[in-house]
Amino acid sequence: MEKDAVDDFKVVVIGGSAGSLEVILNIIHELPVDTGAVFIIVVHRRNDKDSILEHLFSVKTRLTVNEVEDKQPITLNTIFIAPPDYHLLVENEAGFSLDSSERVNYSRPSIDVTFQSVAEVFGKRAVGVLLSGANADGAEGIESIRNAGGYTIVQNPATAEVSFMPLQAINLGGIDAILDAEHIAGHIRERCAQRPN
Amino acid sequence: MLKEEELDLLISELSDQYGYDFTNYARASLKRRVNRLLLIDRFPSFAELIYRVKTDPAYLTHVVQELTVNVTEMFRDPALWKMIREQVLPVLATHPFIRVWHAGCSTGEEVYSMAILLEEANLLHKSLLYATDLNPSVIENIKKGIFPISQMKEYSENYIASGGKKDFSQYYMAKYEWAKFDERLKSKMIVATHNLVSDRSFNEFQLIFCRNVLIYFDKTLQDNVLNLFDDSLEKLGYLVLGAKENIRFSPIAKKYLQLQNREKIWRKMQ
Ligand SMILES: C[S@@+](CC[C@H](N)C(=O)[O-])C[C@H]1O[C@@H](n2cnc3c(N)ncnc32)[C@H](O)[C@@H]1O
Repeated sequence: MEKDAVDDFKVVVIGGSAGSLEVILNIIHELPVDTGAVFIIVVHRRNDKDSILEHLFSVKTRLTVNEVEDKQPITLNTIFIAPPDYHLLVENEAGFSLDSSERVNYSRPSIDVTFQSVAEVFGKRAVGVLLSGANADGAEGIESIRNAGGYTIVQNPATAEVSFMPLQAINLGGIDAILDAEHIAGHIRERCAQRPN
Repeated sequence: MLKEEELDLLISELSDQYGYDFTNYARASLKRRVNRLLLIDRFPSFAELIYRVKTDPAYLTHVVQELTVNVTEMFRDPALWKMIREQVLPVLATHPFIRVWHAGCSTGEEVYSMAILLEEANLLHKSLLYATDLNPSVIENIKKGIFPISQMKEYSENYIASGGKKDFSQYYMAKYEWAKFDERLKSKMIVATHNLVSDRSFNEFQLIFCRNVLIYFDKTLQDNVLNLFDDSLEKLGYLVLGAKENIRFSPIAKKYLQLQNREKIWRKMQ
């Protein structure tokens, strides 16, 4: 990645489980092609080898959609999906790496693992978004994004299909924005338009 | 949270004192492993860990065990195994003698899967499977041929999805919590430690497996290891990597042809 571009791009990392797919599809549908941000999506799913998500997402957005391969470079205006059965890590500003180690919160990929990794590498440029789900995965991850100075968004549990996951995150405190599904995309767009302070 | 300098210190200690070189491992994952080690062994801080490593050589085995990731399965990615059955074995069958290398094979699930495939193709009698890993404790298990019985349902499903036609349970004897696999399968395995970082090529093979090992290495080490495989592979031999690994950006790529877009099997063309 260009050195001088490095400092001001945002990394938006979205995590969800049961009931989140519809929300994600709507979010990516509303993302413009030129936000200048990186999008990373971690969804729990059954192990489908067929890259179903990559196809599902591609028809909803004009951004490039990639299921991540090992050491894949991080590029702007791209949506990266955590592959089934691997944890997705950010190796450094330039690229990803994968890890097939133990499940975390019964999950591989785990949302916590990717969120923590994004927090560590991108700090206040990170925007964490946690959606509907029936698992506690993601709560600690979004907390580390907040602690690293990043921005945090959680889907409103009252209107989420499954409220457990967003509730866990909110219970840990300090979430910047709790939003109904239909307002999340707009909010992400605004955050991406801002320069870090 | 582990600091970069601390990780560097541990790496140089392991390398200077014990000859295990983790320098070119992917940092993000290695860091997680060290953090995990600090947690499970309840070290109050990094200083205690490094002290233990410096002063207690017996603790090393455990460190190596925990820093590496040993997760594995039988017939993991069934579609890949199906392709090996249908496209690779018929070619190997034409050889008088078949040598297979499983590099970084962990506890051996992959090696037993391959032995079953060879047996079903009536090729096991003229095959040798070299099973290697840097971690001496995991390969002990290959010699025993014992795996948790709780996994057999999943392995049996994988086996069937890979095109297996038999009753999977005929390959093992169930005893309490364990499934002991047939001695026949083991009879063609050669088990040894081999470190992909520091050890050299030791034979020529028609087929090399190295799945979910390269993800733990950085680009430089990946390229070195791919070169080692290239040196160890016969012309027209096959290289099999993990589902999300690729040789695309490595210098050896130009000599290889991927059999088909989805599965990670390449053939050495020159
Ligand atoms: C995730 S397991 C993969 C097992 C199996 N190949 C599979 O895909 O199911 C990774 C293995 O690589 C081994 N490994 C790590 N570094 C190595 C090295 N430098 N040389 C040889 N093996 C190594 C580890 O000990 C571990 O058993």
